[in-house]
Amino acid sequence: MQVAESLQAASAPAPSSIRQFDFKWIVIGLCVIVVLYLALVPLIFLLWQSFHTPESAAAASHFTLDNYYAAYSSSETARLFVNSLEYAAGTALFSFAVGAFLAWMNERTNTPFKRLFFGLSIIPLIIPSVLFVVAWILLGSPKIGLVNLALQRVFNTDHVFINVYSLWGMIFVDGLHYSPMAFLLMTATFRSMDPSLEESAMMSGANILQIAWQITLKLSWPAVFATLLILFVRAIESFEVPALLGLPVGIQVFTSAIYQAIHHYPSEVGLASSYGVTLLLITSFGIYFQSRMSSRGSKYATVTGKGFRPRPIDIGRWRYLAATIFVLYFLLIVGLPFLVLLWSSFQNFYSVPSMAALKNLTIEPYRFILSHPTFLQSVWNSLFLSLGTATIVMLVTSVICWIVVKTKIRGRWLLDNVASLPIVFPGLVLGLSIMIFYLNVDIGIYGTIWIMFIAYATRFMPYGIRYNTTSMLQIHKELEESAAMSGASWGTTFRMVILPLLKPGLIAGWIYIMIVSIRELSSSILLYSPGTEVMSIMIWELWENGQYVELSALGVMFIVVLFMLVMLAQWAGRKFGVREA
Amino acid sequence: MAAMLSVKELYTEYASDRGPPVRAAQNVSFEVPEGKLFTLLGPSGCGKTTTLRSIAGLERPRSGEISVSSLVVYSGSKGVFIPANRRGFGMVFQSYAIWPHMDVFRNAAFPLMVGRKKYTRSQIEEKVLRVLKAVGLDHLAERDATQLSGGQQQRLALARALVMEPKLLLLDEPLSNLDAKLRERMRFELKRMQRELRITTVYVTHDQTEALALSHEIAVMNEGQIIQVGTPRAIYERPANQFVADFVGTTNFLEGTVRANDDEAGFVRVHTEIGDLKVVADDALVAGDAVVISVRPEDIELAEERRSGVNCGEGRVDQKVFIGEAVDFQVKVGERILLARAHPRVRTRLGETIYFDLHPDKCVALKSAGAVKAAA
Repeated sequence: MQVAESLQAASAPAPSSIRQFDFKWIVIGLCVIVVLYLALVPLIFLLWQSFHTPESAAAASHFTLDNYYAAYSSSETARLFVNSLEYAAGTALFSFAVGAFLAWMNERTNTPFKRLFFGLSIIPLIIPSVLFVVAWILLGSPKIGLVNLALQRVFNTDHVFINVYSLWGMIFVDGLHYSPMAFLLMTATFRSMDPSLEESAMMSGANILQIAWQITLKLSWPAVFATLLILFVRAIESFEVPALLGLPVGIQVFTSAIYQAIHHYPSEVGLASSYGVTLLLITSFGIYFQSRMSSRGSKYATVTGKGFRPRPIDIGRWRYLAATIFVLYFLLIVGLPFLVLLWSSFQNFYSVPSMAALKNLTIEPYRFILSHPTFLQSVWNSLFLSLGTATIVMLVTSVICWIVVKTKIRGRWLLDNVASLPIVFPGLVLGLSIMIFYLNVDIGIYGTIWIMFIAYATRFMPYGIRYNTTSMLQIHKELEESAAMSGASWGTTFRMVILPLLKPGLIAGWIYIMIVSIRELSSSILLYSPGTEVMSIMIWELWENGQYVELSALGVMFIVVLFMLVMLAQWAGRKFGVREA
Repeated sequence: MAAMLSVKELYTEYASDRGPPVRAAQNVSFEVPEGKLFTLLGPSGCGKTTTLRSIAGLERPRSGEISVSSLVVYSGSKGVFIPANRRGFGMVFQSYAIWPHMDVFRNAAFPLMVGRKKYTRSQIEEKVLRVLKAVGLDHLAERDATQLSGGQQQRLALARALVMEPKLLLLDEPLSNLDAKLRERMRFELKRMQRELRITTVYVTHDQTEALALSHEIAVMNEGQIIQVGTPRAIYERPANQFVADFVGTTNFLEGTVRANDDEAGFVRVHTEIGDLKVVADDALVAGDAVVISVRPEDIELAEERRSGVNCGEGRVDQKVFIGEAVDFQVKVGERILLARAHPRVRTRLGETIYFDLHPDKCVALKSAGAVKAAA
């Protein structure tokens, strides 16, 4: 039966030699054009806009330096700059310290339940930023924050223990949110390190702390620095924390400043663009040094990729403390945020947990959300965008990676770099440039879902490149050549040999892009219009309207569905990913 | 017999990311008659695989001409280049390139399903089962390709190459990934199959034993060029130069000077480090020419009693290694060490005197190529 199917498939295109040849170049050409268009247009337009006045019905746009003059002459900008750097550096350091410490305990010590912990560590990644921040407002705001209320009750004082509406609060919340990323990156580093390097230090008489500090950490220094840079870039790009925690108390960073410049009346597109270019410069530097750091890391030769079986260090009774720290961490990052959302989702009006409030439990918020006019629309939009983006990105980048990895076409490295370029775009800046472009170049997609589709595809293209490159490199060239020797055309070879062999990487990348797309907020927030709301936008709007309990109900359903999606994805990954080439 | 495959003045270069292009095959010309097995033999990087890939169409040569049964598949001057998937040759790759996502049957059926020629389902089934039977895999047709052993994968690769009954079979070091025992068995099997099917074959290997065992004809390649073409026996017994003598088999090189022509035609007298020798010479040599004599270890006859005749002498046993079916002796003659292979019955002890006898027609005089390589 398989044979018959394949026969039909193979006989579908007319087997003319010339037509087949053209078909190959049409596919390759289309993919290259799509990638160049997606990656370069927003960048060029952002630069153009930052040097021009906004176009209006009254006056055409003309060249100006006023945007930069306005941006850089005010002392406001200096403060913006300092705030952004402080915030991003603080977040990076905090999340790194937490993540690296947990990774070290998990990889290098005999702490109990390590494997369970590692399995759990992806759960925080599922919770969308906007929900995490909202949950932490409910936990850590000075007046109604549950953590404050509980501690005040215990110590019988009215001291404010934690205030998320401050620079430190912002660093705490965002740092906590990015710590799983630091954890995963540092786990990979520790895992690939030759344990004999540590063992020889132990034989030389060093104690555990000396080993951890002088050997483990210093050997992984390139990886440490690269991780710090990634975290820094992520933090300086992040939008939800600065917007929800910083803006109410006037702590502005670049992302929130861009958002404000667009959202107050009249909107200052030029000013936002010049902020955007500045932010882009910072992230570009970060990414550039990070990639140089990663490639230089090989000189340390600790990351050999060999399967070591490191013997964990015995930390004695301390391991119970370590296990307690894990539990506390999970409480902070998953347990408390989810529970507080769950609690408030069963209330008519938000109120602090108490026996009285317990009597008022209701499912009204869920009813409200499920019958909300934009609910079904936004679910549909989110699904359409995430499935569509993941599919298109993975297919197009598989062709791009084939060109880069398998051919000798001159200039292919440039294609690789261009396709990875959007990684430097903060979501908000990408949204801004796409908004500007399609406002100026009217091809009828502004205000439709397609503009968001373009933004998502652009933003997540680099992930597709990364996943596909890794698995493309593992496909032996001869597997493809033997198909050619069997008489298969390029298209047939790609469909019947390359794509099936890429499957593990394709599926993993597809799942990842689907999950990050469904959580996306910072690009969407500048591009949506009535009718094209996605789920994260709906949460945002509920927050703006002060509908906290309804927001919580939506959030709980959102998290549960995402969680099930991830479990399904992992199951699928295990099922389809086992037979790797 | 008409030439099935003809390669004329082939030049192929690799574009390298840095620096000038790598010149892989230079002025390569040869012809393979129908039904014969032709081997390209040489060390790694000698251009043999590039030449094979150029024939396959996986590499685009810079110039030259390749034709198969008088159909030109590549011609630099006429601008002809038929892509690999339109040439219809069978090829077995070094890594076998068995697709891990297909079962055995699908792997073997693939060429029939994707090619220009269309087959019905029952035709495919019949052809595939026949070819799987020929390589002894018919009972594994349903199995996942990843569950095959190395030898089975090799057979499957061969089956896939043969299933469309190609005019030409290309083999790129097909045995190099097998362990020694299996390699020997597959060598016999490959030879039997090629001889039975009488399929014109180009075989690439760096293993001289394989080349000698399988081929009708061998081309020894080095640095992109063909050094010598000949039957296995000619290559082994009458190497054209030091490179061939050294690369194909083990040999002793003795430096010397031509004294005079021997009375017997084709032989010369040469003065060497181990005495005067009567040796065979293909090149025209005159007295005073510097030459290198190549003599194989198994052509040095050892005995415990003194021999008389031409090319006899004596030495001392310096070292000996028992390897089962033979004993390898290192015999010290003056300051020279001669490598000789003898029957295990020769039991001369270390330090004792031993007598040797070199057959004149097994000692080949080669024109000295400047620096002399040490005997292997």
